[in-house]
Amino acid sequence: MNSQRAAWCFAGPALLVIGVFFFLPVLAALVMSLTDFDIYALADLRNLRFVGLRNYVELLQTPLFWQALGNTLYFVVVGVPLSIAASLGAALLLHSRLTRFKGLFRTAFFAPVVTSLVAVAVIWRYLLHTRYGMVNHGLELLGISPVDWLNDPHWAMPAIILFALWKNFGYNMIIFLAGLQSIPDDLYEAAGLDGAGVWQQFRYITWPMLGPTLLMVSILSMSAYFQLFAEPYVMTQGGPVQSTVSVLYFMYEQGFKWWNLGAASAVAFILFAIMFCVTLLQLRVAKGVDA
Amino acid sequence: MRMRFAPALLVLAFAALLSSCAPRREEGVVLKFWAMGREGEVVTALMPEFERTHPGVRVEVQQLPWTAAHEKLLTAFAGDVMPDIFQLGNTWVPEFKAIGALRALDGEVATSQHVTQADYFPGIWDTNIVDGKLWGVPWYVDTRVMFYRRDMLARAGYAKPPQTWADWMKAMTAIKRIVGPDNYAILLPSDEFEPLLALALQQDEPLLRDGGRYGNFRTPGFRRSLQLYADMYAQKLAPLNRITNVYHEFGMGYVSFYISGPWNMGEFKRRLPADQQDSWMTAILPGPSGPAASVAGGSSLVLAASSKHQREGWQLIEYLSRTDTMARFHELTGDLPPRRSNWSHPRLAGDKYAQAFGEQLERVKPAPKVPEWEQIATEMRLVAERVTHGELTVDQAAAELDAKADHILEKRRWMLARKEGE
Amino acid sequence: MSALQNKPRALLLNVLMLGAGALTLFPLWWMVSTSLMAPGESSNFPLPMLPRSATLHNYRELFSHAGIGQYLLNSVLLSCAATLLSLLFNVSAGYAFAKLRFQGRDRIFKVMLGALVIPSQVAMLPLFLLLKYMGLVNSYGAVLVPAMAGIFGIFLVRQYALTIPDALLEAARMDGASEFQIFRIIVLPLLTPILVTLGIFTFLGTWNDFMWPLIVLTDKDLYTLPVALASLSREHVQDNELMMAGSVLTILPVLLLFLGLQRYYIQGLLVGSVKG
Repeated sequence: MNSQRAAWCFAGPALLVIGVFFFLPVLAALVMSLTDFDIYALADLRNLRFVGLRNYVELLQTPLFWQALGNTLYFVVVGVPLSIAASLGAALLLHSRLTRFKGLFRTAFFAPVVTSLVAVAVIWRYLLHTRYGMVNHGLELLGISPVDWLNDPHWAMPAIILFALWKNFGYNMIIFLAGLQSIPDDLYEAAGLDGAGVWQQFRYITWPMLGPTLLMVSILSMSAYFQLFAEPYVMTQGGPVQSTVSVLYFMYEQGFKWWNLGAASAVAFILFAIMFCVTLLQLRVAKGVDA
Repeated sequence: MRMRFAPALLVLAFAALLSSCAPRREEGVVLKFWAMGREGEVVTALMPEFERTHPGVRVEVQQLPWTAAHEKLLTAFAGDVMPDIFQLGNTWVPEFKAIGALRALDGEVATSQHVTQADYFPGIWDTNIVDGKLWGVPWYVDTRVMFYRRDMLARAGYAKPPQTWADWMKAMTAIKRIVGPDNYAILLPSDEFEPLLALALQQDEPLLRDGGRYGNFRTPGFRRSLQLYADMYAQKLAPLNRITNVYHEFGMGYVSFYISGPWNMGEFKRRLPADQQDSWMTAILPGPSGPAASVAGGSSLVLAASSKHQREGWQLIEYLSRTDTMARFHELTGDLPPRRSNWSHPRLAGDKYAQAFGEQLERVKPAPKVPEWEQIATEMRLVAERVTHGELTVDQAAAELDAKADHILEKRRWMLARKEGE
Repeated sequence: MSALQNKPRALLLNVLMLGAGALTLFPLWWMVSTSLMAPGESSNFPLPMLPRSATLHNYRELFSHAGIGQYLLNSVLLSCAATLLSLLFNVSAGYAFAKLRFQGRDRIFKVMLGALVIPSQVAMLPLFLLLKYMGLVNSYGAVLVPAMAGIFGIFLVRQYALTIPDALLEAARMDGASEFQIFRIIVLPLLTPILVTLGIFTFLGTWNDFMWPLIVLTDKDLYTLPVALASLSREHVQDNELMMAGSVLTILPVLLLFLGLQRYYIQGLLVGSVKG
């Protein structure tokens, strides 16, 4: 058997699966977003109308869509830097020569990442309970008055940001750790001999050397954070007063709750477009910084 | 090491795949029955009798939580995996009929010995009739009445429950004065639209106009209802935070009024301590100027159009509709039967808590019978939530609701226009 | 830096790390502790940190009344099946993209990489309809078939396979071995570490996945643990202790798996991210 045919035998099945079960639906979603496919159309295809860009136009005029977008942007803009800071901090702690039991702590920090989101969201829902939750209990011990985390529209999203931070910081920590380990030690030794303090060493050696890693982590994190969905679904159902409705949660409700498939597909594509632009922007900025 | 297990695991994988694809070959007929909430938990107890009297038929009951039921049913319809018979909130009947998920039951009812239309409350039977045909058989009725703490009301100086809105607000204000700033007078759960709907239905103006083509929320009537609802929050008579354990809080006097339905009669009896059983009671809802309407709710039993076991499915519906089965069902759930003959049963006639329901059922109004009603009701709930949080005024809310309803009903207008054109 | 300056700094850093570790693990520890409490015990003031007397009541409840044994079995079955299928499809494709030459290979790979930006939820709705037409809704096929191959898995294997020396493969080809023999005898053993990694990723991902199974599985008997837990949490929102026992059962198996195989998991994470 010649090598080309063998190669297709190896790669073919996977490509077929990806083509049929990913690319095809994505294309179909694009077409669907140009129709008013809904539950009536599902029952009888004659109820389908081709409406062009009407779904998109109407979406841009729907206040809840803008709210969802705003909530998601809030989540990304506040959550990503916090998450990166926490991951970097933990990585620095683990990397330092002065800390002990690194293996143990590395496992501890990473443990939340492998847990099931539903299971831990359930835990956090109880921890954040206004009266019987440990978080408020802890705040009281510190002398801060309790917060109505999941019922107050101002605090619900911060609660979710906190939760997402806890769940995910271990992931990026590992990547930062690898990045830190690739920085040669003699750079630090030389700097130390020149009299540079800890903060200066961080600013002039660590931070620049981590550049590519930072860029990649922030692109990946932003991409993941834009896809916020499971947390609001399990913890708040989008409430209170829709302060935790994210773009994907909005899409899910439109699509699987009300079966407005046309509108839901339009939402998905708008999100994709936004994520694409943001990623391009990040790459452009990084290139500018490099130059 | 791994290689040795690989073939075995491979076999396991394909077995899993195959077991999902191959149909399960069963003896006889297996009916899939989906029921919601407490009814779903309890109805399993009624199945052995049915299976005994109908050999060769087995019933698989699956329980759905109410919060997910509507979307699970629509998803099942979209995925072509509907059960054979299922419980359906009667406000959803027009929607499921419109998408073709139900089978008309006129023929079966006409020839049935057990299901006699005359025995049912007419208002409730009517909720199942869409476009002149019958699409479901009422299973139990539901409406909203006032659950209240008699002792708290007495302490506030009211021997009898209020009958007008004005009296109601006065009574709640008096209670609030007694319980203080950390407690409240009434619980209006923000995740239910029924309390506001009940108040809205007490007005004369309908909620949709023009044959259900446009929203009608900007009328003075609806705005009055929404204003009352908002005032309860504004005057700190209703708490904004979510309550997870109603029974606990009601028993502790955190709230003294609670607009709720028949299932809570059983729950209150079960979950409140014995020494508090005498301190709660039910009453019909106060209206703008005296006793008024409430929601004509309830569930029906419907037969799926896609079911391959139409005959057996109907037999199950018939069985559940018999007066003796209904009596047992009432015993188990506390749900109120839709058949008048069940109401003269001593158990129900002698139940002091049920009297308010019986009275209220004489004054129930249905929600608009449009398929999009569930969506519009949800919008109503969300807009009301924003009003109670001070984000919208009542007038702004009414305008927004009309805009939303008009938008939701656009396709309906198009389809109706097309049908008229044919 | 003198040892004298090191001590307070070392103390500070270690205390910080201890604090961070404690905060990170606290929710999980609270979960276990509450799962062993009697019903209602955790909603009393003062909030208890430990059960007054540990009881397995909640676990018994879950197994006898909530039927969690079935869901546990479903999760195990489904995760194993998904892992095997994923290995089957992705490893052969990853190897092909790394070492076998065929027309359009690099262009196809670039397109796939680009497609990683597309959120998977875009495809969800039409995929559901496609599966309906295939009659797979409400069966494990609906969960397994779309996940049999994935761009990330192929990418992971490819990156690792690139490190296989070409000379080895050429020599085998000269000896007259077929591509399949080369794959089975030479390549697979070399790829073992990434097989383990991909296996763990897939197992973990399938076990924890809840959105898609929630949508496509309507029969309660087919539910996996996270789906069952999600639906349980809607009904039993007042039963803290019961829910925590459910969480323990959902988290514990994968946590143990991770603890045993973390080396591979973390390595795979790095291969996938840093080299990319």
